[in-house]
Amino acid sequence: MNLELFLLLASALFCVGLFGALTQQSIVMLMMGLELMLGGVILAAASAWRYIAPAAAEGQVLVVVAITAMALEMATGFAVVTALFRSREIDMTDMAAELKE
Amino acid sequence: MNDVAFGLLAALAVVSGVMVFRFDSMARATFSLLTSLLCVGGEMLLLGLDYLGIVTVLMMTIEMAIMAVFMVMFMMNPAGLMPMTMTHNKKGAAVICGIAFVLLAAGVLLAPWPARQGKPPADPTMDLGMSLMGPQMLTMMVLGMALFATIVATVVLATRRGRYDRFGDDLRAPQASDPVRGGVGR
Amino acid sequence: MTDPAPLWAVLALPAVLAGAAWAVASFDAVLGAGARAAWPGREALRLLVQQPRRTRAADVPLTRLGSTLLPVAAVLAAVVLPLGFRSVSDLPEGIVWFNAMEALAWAAVWLTGWGPNSTLSLIGGYRFLAQGLAYELPHMLAITTAALGAESLRVGDVVDAQAGLWFAVWMPAAFGIYLLSALAMSFWGPFDQPAGRDVAGGAAAELSGVDRIVFLSGRWLLFVVAAAFSVPLFLGGGHGPLLPGWAWTLLKTAVVLAFLVWARRRIPTVRMERYVELAWVVLTPLAVAQALVVAVVVLNR
Repeated sequence: MNLELFLLLASALFCVGLFGALTQQSIVMLMMGLELMLGGVILAAASAWRYIAPAAAEGQVLVVVAITAMALEMATGFAVVTALFRSREIDMTDMAAELKE
Repeated sequence: MNDVAFGLLAALAVVSGVMVFRFDSMARATFSLLTSLLCVGGEMLLLGLDYLGIVTVLMMTIEMAIMAVFMVMFMMNPAGLMPMTMTHNKKGAAVICGIAFVLLAAGVLLAPWPARQGKPPADPTMDLGMSLMGPQMLTMMVLGMALFATIVATVVLATRRGRYDRFGDDLRAPQASDPVRGGVGR
Repeated sequence: MTDPAPLWAVLALPAVLAGAAWAVASFDAVLGAGARAAWPGREALRLLVQQPRRTRAADVPLTRLGSTLLPVAAVLAAVVLPLGFRSVSDLPEGIVWFNAMEALAWAAVWLTGWGPNSTLSLIGGYRFLAQGLAYELPHMLAITTAALGAESLRVGDVVDAQAGLWFAVWMPAAFGIYLLSALAMSFWGPFDQPAGRDVAGGAAAELSGVDRIVFLSGRWLLFVVAAAFSVPLFLGGGHGPLLPGWAWTLLKTAVVLAFLVWARRRIPTVRMERYVELAWVVLTPLAVAQALVVAVVVLNR
């Protein structure tokens, strides 16, 4: 185990999540991709704490921030999907692109 | 021992992460994601972050259980009994992700990582707590405010009924008219 | 400090828990009308020889995973449970560990409800999630209050902090909330709607044979573990005069379990939407106030 291995795992998780977030049409599936990306971020922060500056607690604080971001992302995402579905009966990203036009 | 555990957890995390987007059944996809995130929690235990690892496990379990409800609510084909693909731009995304991974991996392997400074504290949990309640108090308060703002924002976004629906047009109704009566005798 | 336990305790733990769950099930059967103490054994034998049923287009792996996860989660949560002053593993974050493991029950019950592709069992699974959202927040605050009183997340330290005064005496609100959530997390007694009769057994509706034994025994195990954890958290663990620590632990656990089993027959079933409002409007502020009181006491100690 060393820093590089952990960071490689974290970037693998991040890229798998990114792939999901880019390809999935359903908003809920898209959010699952985001979760996976944030999982990678959490792991990267934790390994940076362990292998670069374990004496400073800031690395751990970063993990706490990332976990909170995950929870906020989930809650807001579902609220937005619910609001979208209520107003327009849509649950796919392609249909929610009206602002683009 | 630790290396074997790392390898197993890493393989399981990546494989179940990939399976999230390959399963037809939403329940399987959600719990595959849960497996992946539980493995992340396990890796954090290996890194010596006992508290944060266990908290990750706790949070992800509850989060994914709730996610499963929304999956079933909003997907056309939650059980995957009639397989269908709901994806777009697969090739482009694959290229982007491939490039991103190559770049990240190159960065990871080539960057001159600084040597480790200091030793892990005997009790990282204590360290985290003292930091959050001391020098990082501002971070903690921002997180608290963000969580509170999210609670308010999500309720506002998700609910259909406002106070005029509950208390009438002039807000004078003595009792809120709710579709479901609550448990405290209102 | 807690002494380390010998290695065989890892194997003994599930057996001891299973024995306790069996005893509680028998006691509950004795209290029930017309049933006898041999009921759990008879029921298990009946299920073993029963013809297994399958529903159409069921997701069998997920059902199996869910019903097996329930007893596994209960045993894993019990790892930090001290008998006297010894637990299988006295983790430094034992209280968080216990909480994380019992949260696995959320996934387990929902999966068991989802898997068989049947409406009533899915309703049972959903009901447990709603109930979970209700009980989890006051529950977390209650166990945090106990940790706060001991200034440690280690279960052994929490027990040590109660050598004089039990936490149940000066944190009565947290203790009461904990007992409520112990019932709710094992969806038992007044909170049995996820497996209620009105939905033909809810999450367990379509289970048969060994799957059903595993799931229902998992529920009993979770009930026993949740009730037993109130002893180190609030009732002083192994502390007490004359008798050795393990005897006090067993005695206190038996009293808590007997009270909860008795209370089940005195309290009517609570619908989860009512409990959600009660939990969020009454119990959560109460638990926060209790934590505040304890924090002030700890600061001035």
